[in-house]
Amino acid sequence: MSAVQEVVTEAPAIEAVPKRAMTLGAGTSLAVLALLILVPLFVKNFIIFQMTMLLVYGLAVLALNILTGGSGQFSLGQSAFYAVGAYTSAILMEHAGMNYALTLPVAGLICFLFGFLFGQPALRLSGVYLALATFALATAMPQFLKLGYFEYWTGGVQGLVVTKPDPPEIVQGVLSWFHLKMSQDMWLYYFTLVITIAIYIFSVNLLRSRSGRAFMAIRDNEIAASAMGVDVALYKTLAFGVSAAVTGIAGGLGAIAVQFVAPDGYTITLAISLFLGMVVGGVGWLPGSIVGSAFIIFVPNIAEGISKGLSGAVFGVILFLVIFLVPHGARQVAMVAQQLMGRFKK
Amino acid sequence: MELLTNQILAGIATGAIYACMALAVVMIYQAIDHLNFAQGEMAMFSTFVSWQLMQWGVPYWGAFVITLVFSFAGGIAIERLLFKPLAKAPILTHVAGFIALFAIINSCAGLIWDFTIKQYPTPFGSAPFLGSQLISTHQAGMIGVTVLLLIALYVFFRFTRMGLAMRAAASVPESARLVGINTSWMIALGWGMAAAIGSIAGMLIAPVVFLEPNMMVGVLIYGFAAAVLGGLTSPFGAVIGGFLVGIIENLAGTYIPGVGNELKLPIALALIITVLVVKPAGLFGRPIVKRV
Amino acid sequence: MTALLNIRALNAYYGQVQALHGLEFSLNEGSVTTLLGANGAGKTTTLRAICNMVRTTGAIEFDGAPLSSRSTENIVRLGIAHVPQGRGTFTTMTVEENLQLGAITRSKSGVASDIERMYAHFPVLKQRHTQQAGTLSGGEQQMLAVARALMLRPRLMLLDEPSFGLAPIIVRDLFKILGKINREDKVTILVVEQNAQLALEIADQAYVIETGRIVMSGKANEIADNEDVRRSYLGY
Repeated sequence: MSAVQEVVTEAPAIEAVPKRAMTLGAGTSLAVLALLILVPLFVKNFIIFQMTMLLVYGLAVLALNILTGGSGQFSLGQSAFYAVGAYTSAILMEHAGMNYALTLPVAGLICFLFGFLFGQPALRLSGVYLALATFALATAMPQFLKLGYFEYWTGGVQGLVVTKPDPPEIVQGVLSWFHLKMSQDMWLYYFTLVITIAIYIFSVNLLRSRSGRAFMAIRDNEIAASAMGVDVALYKTLAFGVSAAVTGIAGGLGAIAVQFVAPDGYTITLAISLFLGMVVGGVGWLPGSIVGSAFIIFVPNIAEGISKGLSGAVFGVILFLVIFLVPHGARQVAMVAQQLMGRFKK
Repeated sequence: MELLTNQILAGIATGAIYACMALAVVMIYQAIDHLNFAQGEMAMFSTFVSWQLMQWGVPYWGAFVITLVFSFAGGIAIERLLFKPLAKAPILTHVAGFIALFAIINSCAGLIWDFTIKQYPTPFGSAPFLGSQLISTHQAGMIGVTVLLLIALYVFFRFTRMGLAMRAAASVPESARLVGINTSWMIALGWGMAAAIGSIAGMLIAPVVFLEPNMMVGVLIYGFAAAVLGGLTSPFGAVIGGFLVGIIENLAGTYIPGVGNELKLPIALALIITVLVVKPAGLFGRPIVKRV
Repeated sequence: MTALLNIRALNAYYGQVQALHGLEFSLNEGSVTTLLGANGAGKTTTLRAICNMVRTTGAIEFDGAPLSSRSTENIVRLGIAHVPQGRGTFTTMTVEENLQLGAITRSKSGVASDIERMYAHFPVLKQRHTQQAGTLSGGEQQMLAVARALMLRPRLMLLDEPSFGLAPIIVRDLFKILGKINREDKVTILVVEQNAQLALEIADQAYVIETGRIVMSGKANEIADNEDVRRSYLGY
């Protein structure tokens, strides 16, 4: 044990995404939006369900992007917030008969508080230490949900079945004039899409606002930020709260889409997947969240299709290929594409 | 009171596992400044290799040495082929790489050797140690080997030129280059050594937890926790941390009501984190002063 | 007198930003040269370019051998010791370990006696030889950095602002020792400085750099005597 302290002048561990690169350009955004609106009209219900899950996990990755890419706090515990959101919705719907749409703000609020409170002791931790703490949270949650004490509410190990909502009467009524009918899956998809867009816009504005700048100042250099007068403690816990809230809403939407909740659906594997989704999409790049989400939903299936016995290995190899080719994730692809387009226009 | 001492002793016995793993974790951290999540899987794979050699008739110590060399070379190979290309990538991308490596090794081990549990021999026998019911000769042997490893590492880092060079490369890489040290190769060497130490950990742990592809997953977490608790810059701290984690885990399971097997892990982690909030650099780590 | 270091048409870049523009100069073996200029002029970049620590185009030759294709550590092994800005001391290691590291690329023979020679040059280091380097004062760490560089038995020593943050009397002592080393051990020295006056006293040759270009070159004593040059470029 020496008297000499290690003096560290650190380069920020998480690199900044330049402001103008934070979102897709107007043209690309509209194109993506058009696809998201139109594609479900032409595909089967199961694909629509997968697209709903794409949005749901996209939201969860977005939340992690705000926390890590925005405020620089590392989290392997998002699955815990997702689970709390999911169970909140499920319990309110099945035990209290609440309307599914109303459960989401409640889930968001509860998760916000949960995240904000968790952020307090986490204030003194960073990097590897914070990773361990969030990891502990993630591993504790499934066990917590299985506890016999709560079994009446949570359904214990078997979990709860969630009733799938029908499209509202008004919508069905309007559609019936055109002799059309909307399936439950399709209604759920558009419902999720509206919420996703709203949260996306909110998040972009959050990162561009004063709070967002505070987050990023903390990410880049915490000491300097505090010397500049940024209330580091407040903003760090706020970031955790917001991130948890969005993850919780995603969890609620997920529970409704999948139609049930069970403790083993929210393990550390989910937390790790969300982390990978963030990296593949591009850390801190909000539009990349959906690319990351697609990666974690579809690539494991592709891997299993290639080789059932070695599905893990194939997944690992694909992941390696992705990070070799684009270490900065989908954002890098977008930047390259933008440069090519620029050259093309000239 | 007797229950308490018994539980503490039992904790030290299981803690030897974590201490050994924690040494490998600290080793890699010294070399590359972050934690390799795939280290447990590398240790597991090495252990399987040694098992396979023994199935083919190689005697225990022969298999041990061959595996050691194989692991050292393997660690270097993995670093050169998979992680050197990522050298300029952000840290989080590295972490994704570790996760990918984890998946690949775990999956391959499962395919080659399947998931059924296998017995793994111990060179120390499993009789009660000195007549005690709590520590077997194998566990005593584990503690002995871990302490020997620690001493060997200490001698290496403190008294050899190579050790000095590695410490320099990890401490101030730019200055290390300016005295002519090839910092890139120092990293590769660090990986090799960490892989070798990990393989020893695996071969010691397997007789207790039985050999199967998922055997190291739980151990690795506790190993990390132990390394962090002890202070990531201190091999000595890692070993003490390992024993402490074993004790904490045991005591938590015995004395905190409602804590079954499943909640032991999060409770242990929570206790460790509480220590970290008070002593952020771990019990024996050098306090880190951050400059703007 | 032969040119030990030859630099031609050197450009250096930090990312997209160009920091050096077509630099040309050479160092004669056995000489002391000083590179002067204001903050941000490109002095540190020049030294980093020699050791291939920044992206460059152009030719750098050391004793006839091109440097730009070699890694930093290989350039050092050719006999170039670089004392960087901020000293780059291994703060968590002892004074003696720092010195041992200076000689880590050499064979073991002669290292122990060289360490003793360093202690003769810098007695304060001997006093503190088991202390951790981070506990030394600024001046002591600077001496340690110079001593560490000398442990390489270099042919060329690059020093980046050795006077930075040090009391004037300590700087005087340090520069005296540098002069001694140049004469006795025949080490060619390139010292980059903001403190022009002191540097010009020990140097044979001087260059003035401004925004990445050499704007003035000549014998050190001529530049020191030239009032116009001093006022325009050196600020005194």
